[in-house]
Amino acid sequence: MGSSLMFTPSILFDGSPAQQETADPPAFFADLNLDQVIDALTAHKQEYNLTPFFYTPLHDAETIRYRQEVMQDMEDATLMAHIEAFAEHMIVVRRFLGLVEKLDSIYHKQGWLVEAVLVYCSAVADLARALEQTDLRSRGFLAFRRHVTSYAGSQDFQSLHAEALHVKGELSAIDYCVIIQEGKFRVRRYEGEIDYSVEVEYTFEKFKQGAVKDYRLRLSEGTGMSHIEAKILEFVARLFPTQFARLDRFCEQHSAFMDDALRRFDREIQFYVAYLNFAAGLKRKGLSFCYPRMNAASRAVHVADAFDAALALTLLPTQKPVVCNDFSLEGPERIIVISGPNQGGKTTFARMFGQVHYLASLGCPVPGQDAQLPLFDQIYTHFEQEEDIRTLRGKLQDDLARIHNILAVASPHSILILNELFASTALKDAVFLSKEIMLKVMELDLLCVWVTFIDELSALSEKTVSMVSAIVPDNPAVRTFKIVRRPADGLAYALSIAHKHRLTYQQIKERMRS
Amino acid sequence: MKVFLLYPDHDFDLEQELPSNHADLTQDLELNTLFNAMAGGDDYLFKAARHVVLCGTNDLEVIRYRQDILRDCLKHPDVIRRIYQIPIQAMEAKRGKWLGIFTSFPSGILTSALTMLEIYVDMLKTLKLLADAHADEFESSGFRRFFAMIRQELDDDYFALVDTHLKKLRFRGGVLVSAKLGRGNEGTSYVLRESDFEDRHWLERVFSRQSPSYSFTLHPRDDAGARALGDLRDRGLNLVANAVAQSADHIESFLRMLRQDLAFFVGCLNLAEHLAQLEEPIAFPQPAPCGQRTLSCLELYDVALALTMNRKAVGNDLSADGKDLVIVTGANQGGKSTFLRSIGLAQLMMQCGLFVPARSFSANLCRGVFTHYRREEDATMESGKFDEELGRMSVLIDAIAPDSLILFNESFAATNEREGSEIARQIVSALLEARVKVFFVTHMYEFARGFYAKAARTSLFLRAERLPDGRRTFQLRPGEPLETSYGADLYRQTFATDEVKSLSPHLESPAPAEQSRRPGALSDASA
Repeated sequence: MGSSLMFTPSILFDGSPAQQETADPPAFFADLNLDQVIDALTAHKQEYNLTPFFYTPLHDAETIRYRQEVMQDMEDATLMAHIEAFAEHMIVVRRFLGLVEKLDSIYHKQGWLVEAVLVYCSAVADLARALEQTDLRSRGFLAFRRHVTSYAGSQDFQSLHAEALHVKGELSAIDYCVIIQEGKFRVRRYEGEIDYSVEVEYTFEKFKQGAVKDYRLRLSEGTGMSHIEAKILEFVARLFPTQFARLDRFCEQHSAFMDDALRRFDREIQFYVAYLNFAAGLKRKGLSFCYPRMNAASRAVHVADAFDAALALTLLPTQKPVVCNDFSLEGPERIIVISGPNQGGKTTFARMFGQVHYLASLGCPVPGQDAQLPLFDQIYTHFEQEEDIRTLRGKLQDDLARIHNILAVASPHSILILNELFASTALKDAVFLSKEIMLKVMELDLLCVWVTFIDELSALSEKTVSMVSAIVPDNPAVRTFKIVRRPADGLAYALSIAHKHRLTYQQIKERMRS
Repeated sequence: MKVFLLYPDHDFDLEQELPSNHADLTQDLELNTLFNAMAGGDDYLFKAARHVVLCGTNDLEVIRYRQDILRDCLKHPDVIRRIYQIPIQAMEAKRGKWLGIFTSFPSGILTSALTMLEIYVDMLKTLKLLADAHADEFESSGFRRFFAMIRQELDDDYFALVDTHLKKLRFRGGVLVSAKLGRGNEGTSYVLRESDFEDRHWLERVFSRQSPSYSFTLHPRDDAGARALGDLRDRGLNLVANAVAQSADHIESFLRMLRQDLAFFVGCLNLAEHLAQLEEPIAFPQPAPCGQRTLSCLELYDVALALTMNRKAVGNDLSADGKDLVIVTGANQGGKSTFLRSIGLAQLMMQCGLFVPARSFSANLCRGVFTHYRREEDATMESGKFDEELGRMSVLIDAIAPDSLILFNESFAATNEREGSEIARQIVSALLEARVKVFFVTHMYEFARGFYAKAARTSLFLRAERLPDGRRTFQLRPGEPLETSYGADLYRQTFATDEVKSLSPHLESPAPAEQSRRPGALSDASA
């Protein structure tokens, strides 16, 4: 039958049916641990090949809105359940069609085609019914509902369903007998012979004591047929020619029965299902997701209670809390400079910053309570490579080359995330080089997060904002993993550590007095 | 078909858990001596005796039901022993032929199960013949029902039908299987159908009908095809193989149940024969309901002691109807422990349907029999021992229910008498108020005296008898608690002349000859 309808709406793209799909992850995926997030998210949905959707950020606010609306509709648990039920049915349909491709015996192939049609028809009918009873708001779902309703109500679909039921009903009503002897068998119609097992059971029933072992073997009910079973089926077809002739006609007419728009929907909707399932797992841990306001005109950034989604995923099975952080950039502010103790959550913060922007560009809700984010054209990252066999000099050169290349192509609408640039250079060189790069970054006027041990970078101009990893004053050894907006002040930290070890000036004097 | 010889309406579960205090009961009441006498060296008889005795009932009907059956057994020991052999032979035949259902193909299961079924059916035929010959000699409702059931269910027509099936199930003429088309037109719902397999020409007749049929013969070298056909045959046989195997299992469980129930009564026969040799009396007890307080007996003796000594033991007469507290004081070595044990043993034996070791015995039933004995083997310091005693008491309090019987033997004496008495007083008072029947053997004068002073009509005080010359009769007589337990007697005996020794055995070194003459001595020495 194929798609007889002109328009095949997409639940992912607003009126732009031909959208490119990116096969490989963006360059920054590994640095931001987004690969972990997307892999986890799509792990159980391999057959839909969803990663291209997650590898392709959107750059127009309108399509992002389009997806946010669909996602918000999908947050309704009932709708989600209907969609998942539909998806499960479609998986079965594809499995059955796979059998039709693979099998040899003609009646066997035809049998599975009928099964596929039956599952498909009830899946479509169920979905149409469910959508009619759902309060939908999104443009995407409203358009899709119009399509499904008209398709499910069409003459073609109705007769497909009815014929399949009729053919199946006739086949199910067939009873036949096989007489098995050594090396031969014979097939004929069933003629009312009594169930002999019941007879035997009845004869010995009087001895029934308590429960006894069940000797029934679970003989594999797997799909497939031996050539013996195929031969039997062939004989059965000869014994019941009318029913099998009808089956034959049905299969000839309906070999391609699936609607294109539904086939497309079945795959694309899994983008939302996968993401919402992932978010639901984190929400159960008390974390929040929100729909960011995306405005092409504004460059302001406000995010409350954001977290590193990849880290949250790994902490999911543990009791450990996930630390949330706020950040905002207003007016001329463009660059967040993060300093503070190691293991204090600086890198996590930098990743989180990139993740939030990227996930927003997919049209997804982002980790956090509330978010306003600008559109961006590209994300560039530079994270220090832990294992590096190249010489110090080579690495420095490489660092410079990479940063040079990035700055050459970046635009004011790009996002730049730098993590411990020049960490393995002499401090004096590092300070000099960092300041030079910082000047260029400020000149470009792009959004930047820069994790560094060089305090001075944080106060170079009105464009920079200083954030530091927070400590508990009484016990500086405790990591809070909180990154707060505060002037970089390495001394306060150093002093509290010293206090803890009773090495402050006063302490040392007192200790030495005694 | 149900055996139902231990309960009128259900099976006894030989695998049920024993009461939580079974280890203490077994130790304190010397139960293994009783079980060994019933078992006569047979492990299975031992297990059955142990379970049935320890899992007694307080249902009057059940006790009378078992007593009647036991009376029949005592009258016809030979028939009982012959029936008991039937399940044993069945099990031996199974073991001897290495039978059992181990294969994982329906056709294999069917073959093994059929062979077993044939053996069991033979055994049932033997049982039927015994029933025909002896049913009329039995009077108890239990046996009358059992034999009537055998004769009715296993009549000649039934055996003929079974034989037909056993032949048919070999499927010499082929297997007829019906099927339906399942998903993907794959065969499903395979059901074995009956055909007239006796008739050599059944196949020809089947296909001479109007119905069209198509046949296929496998190529001789088509091994895969042969396997597939075998699989199909197995699919058809799956349910019937299960039915046959389960039928074999059911008959086997029937035979096992027969063995189990009769094992108890065979144990009773063994015990009765042993006691008869010792010329000890046995009597069927008169049980009274749980709520009542009755106990009276003539010549109640300690069956464990008699069996251990292999001779007649001294019996006690007692009349303690209406009493819920019996405190036994008196002479050391005077038979107090023996008496206490005889009470516990008789109670347990009555409650499982056994006869009791007495000329006559009547008592109310109890919800449970509990013992709290001073444990001599504990080598820890006194305070630790007292702690241990109270720990055991605490466990008992968790387990004990109203209308239970508890036997204390020298309990709470592991501290000074004043403290021990006060603890004992508080525990016993609380138990009595909870309607627990208490027997307490004690040397704690203050404790015994306190209850005596209350002069409650429901209390009875017994004293181990000591003749004026210091000799013990090993009999207990009613009497108020005395402040001395005649330890001085023992002391004197220990350091006295041989002449005194010969009158009464002493604790440290009883001579074997005297041991056998004076049962009381051994009772304490073996406790």
